Amino acid sequence: MSASIPPAADVYPHRHLLGIEGLQPQDILMLLDRAEAAVEISRQVEKKKSVLRGRTQINLFFEASTRTQSSFEIAGKRLGADVMNMSVSSSSVKKGETLIDTAATLNAMHPDIIVVRHHAAGAVHLLAQKVGCSVINAGDGAHEHPTQALLDALTIRRHKGKIARLTVTICGDILHSRVARSNIILLNALGARVKVVAPATLLPSGIEQMGVEVCRDMRQGLDGADIVMMLRLQRERMSGAFIPSVREYFRYYGLDREKLSAAKPDALVMHPGPMNRGVEIDPEIADGPQSLIREQVEMGVAVRMAVLEALAAHLPTR
Amino acid sequence: MATPATPLVLTNARVIDPARDLDAPGAVIVEDGVIRAAGPEAINQGAPDGARVLDVAGAVVAPGLIDMGVTVGEPGGEHRETLASASQAAAAGGVTTMVTSPQTEPVIDDPALVDFILRRARDTACVRVHPMAALTKGLHGTEMSEMGLLQEAGAVAFANGHRSVTHSGIMRRLLTYARDFDALVVHHTEDPDLAGDGVLNEGLIASWKGLPASPREAEIIMMERDLRLAALTRGRYHAQLISCADSTRAMARAKNDGLDVTCGISINHLTLNENDIGPYRTFFKMSPPLRSEEERQAMVSSLADGTIDVITSNHDPQDVETKRHPFAEAADGAIGLETLLSAGLRLVHSGDLSLTRLLAAMTCNPARRLGLASGRLAAGAPADLVVFDPDRPWILEKSEIHSRSKNTPFEGARFSGKVLHTIVAGREVSP
Repeated sequence: MSASIPPAADVYPHRHLLGIEGLQPQDILMLLDRAEAAVEISRQVEKKKSVLRGRTQINLFFEASTRTQSSFEIAGKRLGADVMNMSVSSSSVKKGETLIDTAATLNAMHPDIIVVRHHAAGAVHLLAQKVGCSVINAGDGAHEHPTQALLDALTIRRHKGKIARLTVTICGDILHSRVARSNIILLNALGARVKVVAPATLLPSGIEQMGVEVCRDMRQGLDGADIVMMLRLQRERMSGAFIPSVREYFRYYGLDREKLSAAKPDALVMHPGPMNRGVEIDPEIADGPQSLIREQVEMGVAVRMAVLEALAAHLPTR
Repeated sequence: MATPATPLVLTNARVIDPARDLDAPGAVIVEDGVIRAAGPEAINQGAPDGARVLDVAGAVVAPGLIDMGVTVGEPGGEHRETLASASQAAAAGGVTTMVTSPQTEPVIDDPALVDFILRRARDTACVRVHPMAALTKGLHGTEMSEMGLLQEAGAVAFANGHRSVTHSGIMRRLLTYARDFDALVVHHTEDPDLAGDGVLNEGLIASWKGLPASPREAEIIMMERDLRLAALTRGRYHAQLISCADSTRAMARAKNDGLDVTCGISINHLTLNENDIGPYRTFFKMSPPLRSEEERQAMVSSLADGTIDVITSNHDPQDVETKRHPFAEAADGAIGLETLLSAGLRLVHSGDLSLTRLLAAMTCNPARRLGLASGRLAAGAPADLVVFDPDRPWILEKSEIHSRSKNTPFEGARFSGKVLHTIVAGREVSP
């Protein structure tokens, strides 16, 4: 665990945000600090800034998303950008156009920032190589979802005052989760202790070398936890393929009051959404006093404003 | 089990406890359903108040047998066998614990059904019953069963009946998931595509009989695949019934590599071969099929050297409806609870196997693998005992079979060695 985290950087050093991997701790801290300011802006009556005035932001979502897409849209608009949403159902992708074709087509429209979500890991990196503008990864397959990890970190820091030396337990479908991967990298970079709990069928190979402690059961995993991050279990994985049934999953891995009692008394509960109440989390906990789930959504807008603003510094000015 | 059993002392015994490699003159003292002392140290200890003293006159006293592969017709096939009738057969054969197959109608793939078996056993059976639950829902080999909840309900292991899980990806996840619960995966190793319609061991005998045959490779390929997956997942694995020398070689290698793997064999494959099938006798039709004499001898050697861990009866009751058909159309399976020990003693009398080794494969080995407290004669262990005369001759008459189904391959067989008493939790359940 790195004890000394350097101070926040002044300038974000990259043209894109493709993942948490590759960011230095000071870059992460800079984004979090900027996001703090964005929280204040979002809470004002007048929420508009002009950093991105005249700029075009395209939200290119190959995978359906409600909260991430609207969060990026609001963030862009609050910074003055012209935001265009393009989702797979209304695009030419369904007609057989390749990712590269789509990138070239969009590039010809001179966007300044493209926000991309894609079901295939690595697709956002590929697209970033083919366009002239800045690219933000809004989730690529089971690889990374950097703005989710940033908003989680912001939420944690606002409540606990720090990230370093906190114990964060991530529970659930680690195998298929980009949220887990981004969080594991970020939390390690900022000096937190990360534990994971999941049925072995939902853990990726080599997990014990990914900077986490692997725990067998929820009691062991939640023991001493400051933060409990629950992950969503996709419906198609619930009935026999990776776990036998919803009732068995909830019995052993669903977060309820009894299991949460193993964590610290002031432990806080997070979930990237959308939740399956009664599958991975008891409604009583999801909607209870220890839950930060609503607040995560608010921090999502702030973090995305911070990222857009940071990338704006790299946009050509003439 | 309402009133406590009266204390019992077995004197003048040849006490064999394979768990501690003991074969010595001694006694066994039983009180409150558990063993107080067994072996030479139990001689002249005096009897508890009110004890029944049974002079066994030199007979062997050993842990009651644990049969890890019993198919019962309950629920769904009670006309073939009930838990009660199977337990009577077990008691007659010195078997004090039946580990039952989930292949019933319905399949035991729900915690409520495990509970049903345990309650029916408690109410109707005279020996202990530990159910195995289905490894996959409906034994279809596609969706994993609720291993956690089934284990909590009382399932001791997870099996897929006589069906192999052919999809390697699914088998991998089953082994992986089971590991979280320290659950044992028990598997029937037969590649159904390669076995095809085969009903006999592939070779000259099957060819002359004009019957479709299954090559040994159907077993070996599945076995080797499973062992690779056990290495990948570090899961706990038990091959239920092996029958080929190459399977034992793969198993020996896997054990040598430190994998948590074991295997079992049916008593039929240790004592019979494909020649015994004779004129299309369907009581000798089983899965895997009876193999050649060379394979049988190799199996006996592997049992002697410890590569094979467990002997089961593979008791599988079938009636006239399912057996009285042309060979290829008849059901697989043979009963075996009542003849398990006597048939096994043939290997001892032939000099191929020590009595202790034979008994280990029917007592402490399955007990260890399944985490059962029985299977040994230790102070405090359940007083499940078999008393037998290893030399007493007898002939198996069909009319004396306790099992509701009579499909034994040993009808009219001459045996040396007979069970005299079977004791479960300190009570005599047979004769």
